[in-house]
Amino acid sequence: MFIGATAALLIAMALVLYRAFAGPTLFDRVLSANSFGTKIVLLIGLLGFLTDRPEFLDIALLYALVNFIGTIAILKFFRYRNMGLSSEEIASREDEG
Amino acid sequence: MIELLVNLISGCLLATGSIFVLIGAFGLVRLPDFYTRLHAAGITDTLGAELILIGLMFQAGFSLVTVKLILISLFIFFTSPTATHAVANAARVMGLKPMLVPDKDLDNTEEA
Repeated sequence: MFIGATAALLIAMALVLYRAFAGPTLFDRVLSANSFGTKIVLLIGLLGFLTDRPEFLDIALLYALVNFIGTIAILKFFRYRNMGLSSEEIASREDEG
Repeated sequence: MIELLVNLISGCLLATGSIFVLIGAFGLVRLPDFYTRLHAAGITDTLGAELILIGLMFQAGFSLVTVKLILISLFIFFTSPTATHAVANAARVMGLKPMLVPDKDLDNTEEA
């Protein structure tokens, strides 16, 4: 049961990786990376049950947090080419451009 | 008897979740342009992930493991659509055009 779900996840991850490499635009790649992260969270959880070590779920929880922040950070970086802008600076920059 | 029932339910949930995840990944590869791929990666993925996590909850029983699973599923339930929306909004603001929609049908407002 767990092995079947893990195999399905691995196949899905291979397909998502294909899109991340082939994706014509930046956004395809970001979307694939985000989707890949979600699948990794599930895979870590399933592996924890498969090997009778449910402590792996702590790692999965952490990975879910990092994945979301990472996606938002990548998007912000490619929009402003800078990670350290405050909201006032962003507003003034949008007025100029 | 109860154990069999629990195993059956969690097996069904895991199988449905796996199928949804597979469909989502397949759609991500096969669909023609970015905005259609969003559907595969966003909607299907969230449902598949939730189903798999609920299936694992049935296996874990009442314990700390279930609490962690609930936390993960709550977090994915809120952040996965948010991330998808952020990607879609960034693509729209940065001027990526949907395929199959003629230019005159796009509203060219700044905050789409």
